[in-house]
Amino acid sequence: MYKLYLFLPFVFGFAIAHVAAAQEKALTIYTYESFTAEWGPGPKVKEEFEKTCDCTVNFVSVADGVALLSRLKLEGEATDADLALGLDTNIAAEAKATGLFEEHRVDITAVDVPGGYRDDMFVPYDYGHFALVYDTEVLSAPPSSMKELVEGDPAQKIVIQDPRTSTPGLGFLLWVKSVYGDQAPDAWRKLRQRILTVTPGWSEAYGLLTKGEVPMVLSYTTSPAYHMVAEGTERYQAASFAEGHYIQIELVGLLKTSDSKELARQFLQFVTTPAFQNVIPTTNWMMPAAAMSEPLPEAFSRLVKPQKTFLMDPQQVADNRHAWIDEWLAAMSGQ
Amino acid sequence: MLTPQERRLGVAGGAIALAAVLAFMILALLALLAFPSAPAGGTIVTAYMWRILQFTLLQAALSTALSVLLAVPVALALARRPNFALRTWILRLMVLPMGLPVLVVALGLIAVWGRQGVANSLLMILGMDRPISIYGLGGILLAHVFFNFPLACRLAVAALDRLPGEYWKLAGSLGMGPVSVFRFLEWPAIARVLPGISSLVFMLCATSFTIVLVLGGGPAATTLEVAIYQSLRFDFDPPRAIALSLLQVAVTASVLGLLGLIGSADPTGSSSSAPSRRYDGTSLAARLWDALVVLLSVIFLLLPLAAIVVEGLQADLGRLLTSNAFVKAATSSAIIAVSSAVLALSVSTLLIRGRLAAIDSRRPGTVAVAYWRLLGASSLLVLLVPPVVLGTGWFLLLRPLGDVARFAPILIIAINALMALPFVMRVLEPTWEAHYARTTRLVASLGLRGFWKFWYVDRPILVKPAALALSFAMALSLGDLGAIALFGSNDLVTLPWLLYSRLSSYRTADADGLALILGMICLALTIAGTLHQTDRSRRAAD
Repeated sequence: MYKLYLFLPFVFGFAIAHVAAAQEKALTIYTYESFTAEWGPGPKVKEEFEKTCDCTVNFVSVADGVALLSRLKLEGEATDADLALGLDTNIAAEAKATGLFEEHRVDITAVDVPGGYRDDMFVPYDYGHFALVYDTEVLSAPPSSMKELVEGDPAQKIVIQDPRTSTPGLGFLLWVKSVYGDQAPDAWRKLRQRILTVTPGWSEAYGLLTKGEVPMVLSYTTSPAYHMVAEGTERYQAASFAEGHYIQIELVGLLKTSDSKELARQFLQFVTTPAFQNVIPTTNWMMPAAAMSEPLPEAFSRLVKPQKTFLMDPQQVADNRHAWIDEWLAAMSGQ
Repeated sequence: MLTPQERRLGVAGGAIALAAVLAFMILALLALLAFPSAPAGGTIVTAYMWRILQFTLLQAALSTALSVLLAVPVALALARRPNFALRTWILRLMVLPMGLPVLVVALGLIAVWGRQGVANSLLMILGMDRPISIYGLGGILLAHVFFNFPLACRLAVAALDRLPGEYWKLAGSLGMGPVSVFRFLEWPAIARVLPGISSLVFMLCATSFTIVLVLGGGPAATTLEVAIYQSLRFDFDPPRAIALSLLQVAVTASVLGLLGLIGSADPTGSSSSAPSRRYDGTSLAARLWDALVVLLSVIFLLLPLAAIVVEGLQADLGRLLTSNAFVKAATSSAIIAVSSAVLALSVSTLLIRGRLAAIDSRRPGTVAVAYWRLLGASSLLVLLVPPVVLGTGWFLLLRPLGDVARFAPILIIAINALMALPFVMRVLEPTWEAHYARTTRLVASLGLRGFWKFWYVDRPILVKPAALALSFAMALSLGDLGAIALFGSNDLVTLPWLLYSRLSSYRTADADGLALILGMICLALTIAGTLHQTDRSRRAAD
């Protein structure tokens, strides 16, 4: 049942009234905050899906994909969520291990993501490759490979995110691991000279780039699309790395405690259709995970298209994350 | 002396406040402990953890020492010039850094002191090659000083202003030189509040998170707070988060205990509400010195704020201010800020009255003194339990009652009030002690009680520190992001949350604009909290 909570404030507390909305089917989707922002995909996705069903879509949003998983762990089987939208491949195994999800059982033949990720539990809805985004007004010759990045001029600084607190940070850690394997600690010790600082999240790092403090930060191959489409500038571009790029695939999953599974599965199917995918590129600034009915905006054709995609098996990530983060800490903070 | 009944009421009120504060924290910890989970984190005491702990304490100690050392000369200079035209504005400026989200201030500092900042650009014109690098311990200290030096200064000025005018008259007629004035008047007044200020600053720096990560330059610079956040938010390992939180409380508390910074000196002295006329510091050298230290500190404070203003003015402020999202967020923020400030003030009032009642006898017993200390220490140590731990614990506690989003505003108010408690205590307690010492006997002999005592005796003296405490608490709540992060739902958005959400979807210009607006709101609150003061100093000047 759908309840709308109004907060009636007075100075020393809040009185609560709830107004029950019209009695119709409702779908509760837990997601992250930027998905439901007024400029995010949420409002359009809601509108499009509600056209196809006699139902209401309610979003509940938390800070990010990791907070989403924590929230589900906290709530356990008592969760109100029918769907969780915004997990990614790096935390998929941990999400599975909670036992809170059930198989989607929808036809995902339409889904097409680099690396060919397929799963019975989660449906991919978009993806992006991690990339170093640089300021063309400062850097004319960005590194063309991970090797050049690691061994390049230490005076040319970069900013990355902390793998302990941020998903892009973890993604970069896995990227370096994919390229260097056991030699990763050595690579980190070299790269460390170039790292100006390590921020807690993506926003802080990107802020340092746009404020001109650092010429290159870890972000996505799709970041330049925002600047080209929304701001009309080509100033920020992604560096293409010869070894390939690590991919982040965003996922939506069905909670086994959902009381409207039929509707939820209808939504999962909807995710793979053009009605949903058309919305993604210019609202979530990620690549569509299935066919769109309209062409991608022109700016997307000018983005870096990685020749090779790295993606580790989610279980491998879950098993080794702690050890690899400890390895990273040692390499980055040792003498 | 209080009547036995008043004493009982005071002690009981303090006990109730203490119980409420402790219960709020302990219930959260217990809820987390009871949560069934498979610990994944491994051992707590590793070599890395040990290094984190050392770094946490080292940077906190250095930050505190620097903040306090810089605050003292500036506070002395400002206190010497009660009629200085810009004094009130400078004091208002000093509340401002606290009301801004940490990231906003960090970016402001980087605009001045960063690689491409104003300072380095100037030095490069002079032919030097980017001599200043703020990433590392230096940057952490710089940012902590930026936040805490004004706080320390503000509290020290208040302590100096409380010295009665007769002291200065006497010092003037005795012809005391600056050294004697410092030694016999100024230093004793500052020394009385210094332990309180230092312990507050120490704890704020020990639990620093964003500053340490953004300016620290890498994981070598990490605080325990980061590890706690990681264990709860990323690993979802409640037992580890609790173990680390307890470690943080225990270690920080013992360091403060060892340094003798918990529990302030005995209440003594008398009170005067307005800055008194000063007869010293008239020499040219003294004037120049005061002008110099005040000017330097104002420049230090203003430059990063100016960077925030410059960036903010480039945003489309009209559209931002009239947008629905902004109006909604500003309303939520205002309600939360006012409520949490009032709550913090109420709890502090109970704690302070409890403390005063406990030692209200010529020779307070050991139990009374212990109680006095307990009330003081617990109001301070609340800063050491991370909001993310409190939030998660209460989420679990309230979960069986239905949609937690309903309780989110109340929880955020409670957590913000708790965070503000040490500040409010620091502002309110010294004045209250002095006022109490001065008036108790008079009040008893006049037989004034209850409301009339409050109205005629307490209100005129306490209204100023109370207003200052409220503006501190509101600023703190306005800039806070931590408490809302877990509950953030579509129904409840605060200004810092809105700012972060713009930032996390490439909308940097909007975020800059919001930072400016947030700063302006904070300034307005501070002005409201210090209006009374302007009237008085004007009267003093007449």
